[in-house]
Amino acid sequence: MPPKVDPHKCDGCKGEKEAICMAICPGDLMYLNEDTLKAYCRSPRDCWDCMSCVKACPQGAIETRLPYQLGYYPAKLIPLMGSKRVSWTCIGQDDKVERFSYKNRND
Amino acid sequence: MGKLIPVYPQDVEDVFMETDLLIIGAGNAGCYAAIEAKRQNPDLKVTLMEKAHIDRSGCLAGGMDAINTYIKKGETAESLTRWSRDQAGGLLREDLYLTMAEELNKAIEDWEEWGLPIKKDENGEYIARGRWDIAILGSEMKVILAEKVREYGCEILNRVVATNFLMDGDRVAGAMGFHLREGKFYIIKARATIVATGGAGGLYKPYTNDGNDCHHQIWYCPFNVGTGYAMGIRAGAEMTTFEMRWCAVRTKDFNGPIDTISVGYNAAMINARGEKILAERYAHLGGDKAPRFIRANAPMEEWLAGRGPCYVDTTHMTPEQIKDLKTDYLNERPTFVLFLAARNQDISKEPIEIYGSDPYIVGGHTASGYWIDVKRATTVPGLFACGDVAGGTPNKFVGGCAAEGVLAARGAVEYLQNSGAGQNSLNKDQVNQEKIRVFRPFERQLNVGDGISPWEMEERLQRLMDEYAGGVHQFYRMNRERLEYALKNIAMLKDQAKYLVAKDWHELMKCNEVIDMLDVAEVLVHHLLYREETRWPGWQNRVDFPERNDEKFNCFVNSRRDPQTGRVEMFTRPYEKIVS
Repeated sequence: MPPKVDPHKCDGCKGEKEAICMAICPGDLMYLNEDTLKAYCRSPRDCWDCMSCVKACPQGAIETRLPYQLGYYPAKLIPLMGSKRVSWTCIGQDDKVERFSYKNRND
Repeated sequence: MGKLIPVYPQDVEDVFMETDLLIIGAGNAGCYAAIEAKRQNPDLKVTLMEKAHIDRSGCLAGGMDAINTYIKKGETAESLTRWSRDQAGGLLREDLYLTMAEELNKAIEDWEEWGLPIKKDENGEYIARGRWDIAILGSEMKVILAEKVREYGCEILNRVVATNFLMDGDRVAGAMGFHLREGKFYIIKARATIVATGGAGGLYKPYTNDGNDCHHQIWYCPFNVGTGYAMGIRAGAEMTTFEMRWCAVRTKDFNGPIDTISVGYNAAMINARGEKILAERYAHLGGDKAPRFIRANAPMEEWLAGRGPCYVDTTHMTPEQIKDLKTDYLNERPTFVLFLAARNQDISKEPIEIYGSDPYIVGGHTASGYWIDVKRATTVPGLFACGDVAGGTPNKFVGGCAAEGVLAARGAVEYLQNSGAGQNSLNKDQVNQEKIRVFRPFERQLNVGDGISPWEMEERLQRLMDEYAGGVHQFYRMNRERLEYALKNIAMLKDQAKYLVAKDWHELMKCNEVIDMLDVAEVLVHHLLYREETRWPGWQNRVDFPERNDEKFNCFVNSRRDPQTGRVEMFTRPYEKIVS
């Protein structure tokens, strides 16, 4: 659901031809604000929460939020992408922490 | 880069390209088709036209946790076909299914070699998860596949939204579309074309739609809106079995998959009283192995009978199993783990609630799509189809869509060799007419500045389909009167499309998508009207014809829209049994 961009972490992918979240989003939903040059989701209702932008962001600036209609505030799910592994940290609404790590690519 | 603003069609720059094989849609099926075409003939120019980015486009954007059609030791293409036939209420194209089944394992083994991790036991055998299923760690499987497509030297056009086929008489000779970033119109001439744009989500209102933030909380990829079907419908291609809709049992409020839980961890569906629904009420239809449409319908019937809510019972699971289950979800729909965490739900104490999804038109799960032959040629010369957009082959799933991509490429390469179809001169009128059609929402924005947004029209269609063409709020039920009301209003909406406005190129894509959805919805309602029986309760419930009628309807219901008159013609094709 709506990806929330942390404006302090997002640098608009300055060195890239196109911001990486903007390039990757399957729904063409991520754009750069023309004044601040920070990324934002232009139509949160149209997001499929595939987390492609979250995984691809080199600054770790994007968080996927559940729509409040479906789940309580403030749970978090944070992926850390390695070259052949991914590690996930999930923090529950009650602050309970779960961690997952697995190989996502063969050697 | 900022948003590109509206322009008049005559001011949009044209980009002309030529290729040997054009593949529209670079999802799973399209990527496999591209690779196979290059394997068949490395000298061919293979071009992929993709409205998103190949690394994360199509159904596999978030990943996948299992391959559901792998032929294990002791099983055969025939035994898989028999199983699929039972699951599909006795109706499938056995010729298509058998040829696909022959390619299944190779396609998956290739994917593993390219980098997809598949879970194995201590003997190096794939870990089974049900009779045909194997468990994978597939969160990056699409990225891995895209790398391979690049390695094979295919040309990839990201962010080009296909709008219609380029026609040369009655032959498909490529496609047209617009580039979301460049603001240009692409005209791609091809000697052969494969359509692989996926199925159609979003035709029906999802019950998870609360207006602002969860419009797309649906199971199927919401960016697959049926454009490939619509392009075929407009070109007069024959379509089959749209009425066999895919309505599935999913996790309530999230619309996530449940086979992961019920098949993978042996968690039974239970009702509010704790009764095992399938074992106790559907034993005569196979219990836990009952056909998919029965399983899809069972919890909804319980709900209607006052025995809801229903659940998949996870309360027997060990902490290790729960960790594995959540890892499966992280590989397919990661935010389901977040969903549980946002509710503080410990699934070893509280089972997972389930409910029916909104209906989808998806040839990878049911049989809806282009009517094709074993070479995957459609009824329009020069056009091949594979994956969710191709019909007749229910229960293809991810593996089957990959296998079908391989077959479509072989069919197209053979066509190129045999037909010698050359590049004919381009019909300029066709291109100009298409530009006027595609950019009309810009013209209205520039000339009038007021009209209907694509979101408004999409929601009007979704409400209409939900209430009058058997959506989830109506427990999938419909009758002739309601369907005729739906048709009348779809005609109104098609006329209203002239009022659509787009303020930038993304909105132009949304406008063209909703126009495509209207064409698919119209044909779908014709199919639902024509099949005057109930063959797949849950997928297709005609309350005015509640029984199955084998005498009249053990056949395929097909359609063709006349490109000149716009009239949808309905007819049947016989079912042919090949596997005993």
